[in-house]
Amino acid sequence: MDVWSSLMDGFATALTPMNFLYAVIGVILGTAVGVLPGLGPAMTVALLLPVTYALEPTSAFIMFAGIYYGGMYGGSTTSILLNTPGESSSVVTAIEGNKMAKAGRAAQALATAAIGSFVAGTIGTALLAVCAPIVVKFAVSLGAPSYFAIMVLALLAVTAVLGSSRLRGFASLSLGLAIGLVGMDSVTGQRRLTFGQPLLADGLDIVVVAVAIFAVGEALWVAAHLRRTPLHAIPVGQPWMGRSDWKRSWKPWLRGTAFGFPFGALPAGGAEIPTFLSYVTEKRLSKHPEEFGKGAIEGVAGPEAANNAAAAGTLTPMLALGLPTNATAAVMLAAFTSYGIQPGPQLFESQGPLVWALIASLFIGNLLLLIINLPLAPLWAKLLQLPRPYLYAGILFFATLGAYSVNLQAFDLVILLILGALGFMMRRFGLPVLPLVLGVILGPRIEGQLRKTLQLSAGDPAGLLGEPIAVGIYVIIAVILLWPFAFKLIRRNTPVAAASGAALATDADDAVHSNHNAVYSDHKEQP
Amino acid sequence: MTPLATGLKGRSELGVALLLGAAGVVVFLDANGLVTPYSKSDPVGPKTVPFIVAGMLVACAVLLAINVLRGGKGEAEGGEDVDLTHPADWKTVLPLAGAFVANILLIDWAGWVISGTVLFWGSVLALGSRRYVRDGLISVALSLLTFYGFYLGLGIALPAGLLEGIL
Repeated sequence: MDVWSSLMDGFATALTPMNFLYAVIGVILGTAVGVLPGLGPAMTVALLLPVTYALEPTSAFIMFAGIYYGGMYGGSTTSILLNTPGESSSVVTAIEGNKMAKAGRAAQALATAAIGSFVAGTIGTALLAVCAPIVVKFAVSLGAPSYFAIMVLALLAVTAVLGSSRLRGFASLSLGLAIGLVGMDSVTGQRRLTFGQPLLADGLDIVVVAVAIFAVGEALWVAAHLRRTPLHAIPVGQPWMGRSDWKRSWKPWLRGTAFGFPFGALPAGGAEIPTFLSYVTEKRLSKHPEEFGKGAIEGVAGPEAANNAAAAGTLTPMLALGLPTNATAAVMLAAFTSYGIQPGPQLFESQGPLVWALIASLFIGNLLLLIINLPLAPLWAKLLQLPRPYLYAGILFFATLGAYSVNLQAFDLVILLILGALGFMMRRFGLPVLPLVLGVILGPRIEGQLRKTLQLSAGDPAGLLGEPIAVGIYVIIAVILLWPFAFKLIRRNTPVAAASGAALATDADDAVHSNHNAVYSDHKEQP
Repeated sequence: MTPLATGLKGRSELGVALLLGAAGVVVFLDANGLVTPYSKSDPVGPKTVPFIVAGMLVACAVLLAINVLRGGKGEAEGGEDVDLTHPADWKTVLPLAGAFVANILLIDWAGWVISGTVLFWGSVLALGSRRYVRDGLISVALSLLTFYGFYLGLGIALPAGLLEGIL
């Protein structure tokens, strides 16, 4: 079956009245929860997971598609109207967006964000529909050695490239891998790290881990540092754009999409780098560079499009390889597994109708967002006024409910509290949470591929290099791990000595991140 | 203050290094205790990966300790409602954790409607709301709504506990 006819089948599934209703519910729930301060898209998906348990997989994933884009969009509304973004990917949107809102142009800022998200999301989803089957075709030819290498690359890249301290990233990753070890070993059936506790034999439920780290950790952390005078949200009417706004927005939308999708699709892409690149590009190309820093619409249109295109891009490795590269995709992957669906290149074959229905509902969700959110924006803005005690008590309440309803055992709540405390500590001491969550999810699968590889080579470690793709990936891994050192050496103007293999030795900020931090600190200094 | 105490002041991040190190040792000891006959079909065995992870944890612990002693510092995470200018407010966090623990202890015995009410009410109070009656009503309403919502809408029967037969 070719892409087109599969996609049309997908639309047929997604547009049945019941499934369409789930898409609408997903979009509204996703936006409503995403708008709430302190709740990013990943936490939104994690908290809403239990709602989907009673549904059959197809309907559940159609709802997810809505929640995914809804959560994304909700986050940008928050950052424009409140100025302090919860997600690193909306940091850039907040810079110009909040300036626009303060200057009385909140309606235009929200409109260009909404329409830009729609444009980028639609193009991104189309690219996903075209690219994913190609990646799958390439991926089915890969064996265990290559998979092992790709997964290691994804883990290391996320750990080493994102965040400001590599050392703390690796600490977080190691903790995640350790948590992933808990439970029965899949090959020999031996119990690892269960401490004689039978309830741990099946391992930790990934939903419980995700809710603990994202929701409980965040609620406890905010509680410890709650702002006594909540930020003032800027009231907003119906979003709209004038002629000149359209004229200034459409090119940044397209350029933002072009930045966002490829970065999202890369193992360590994420949305931070493309939103930042888009901002810099728009600033350079703009006919009104003097407006930047005072509320330039291009500075909202471009990064917001990049953010959404990256969100679509992220789904490419997620669906085609079973490889999550950001927190939201990681949680969605966990949802796949909880339905007994094995992620990976076989997914398109074994669950074809489901995957295409998911892709089709991404298109539908995108359109619904535009239709629903433009008129509902004033209502979303009101959600920002929710008293903080209710908001964070509510997060804890629903986190508990979600984690408990997975297995209906109080033991899971103990785990939730312990890991929530861990999440609190990580936020306190600057350990990024994403490497931990990816470590928990990918750890067991990496181990599986490693054992398969060495089983095929009868224990010979050379088997790891048995496929040319694998060798190529190890070269990339070496470059990622070593380039900050090489960069440092060049900057010091010393003759380039061989950078030693002590890859973990320092936690130097690399070039991208020192730029990045400039944006962050810039942003924090705003009044 | 002794020189040691002065050296440790403001270095609470060393606790993180300690935790990483301890986790590494636990992972190592646990894996070391596994008994595995050599098997041709599984040359890697269940021990190898735990050993690697244990090594990573210990390495991170040591490097983090060095980093902190040299003056390195993790950047605490900001957010919409986070104000990092005041120190951690344990008077909020501990009662909040208390409400959470109360829920764990109560849920199987007293049922979700009661334990959920305690959880929400306790959390709201801990977070500084002082409208006791309104908060209480909202807590009961939320617990009842989720109980019936999960039962009727999702087919998940949360424990009814003490109120069994009434609900």
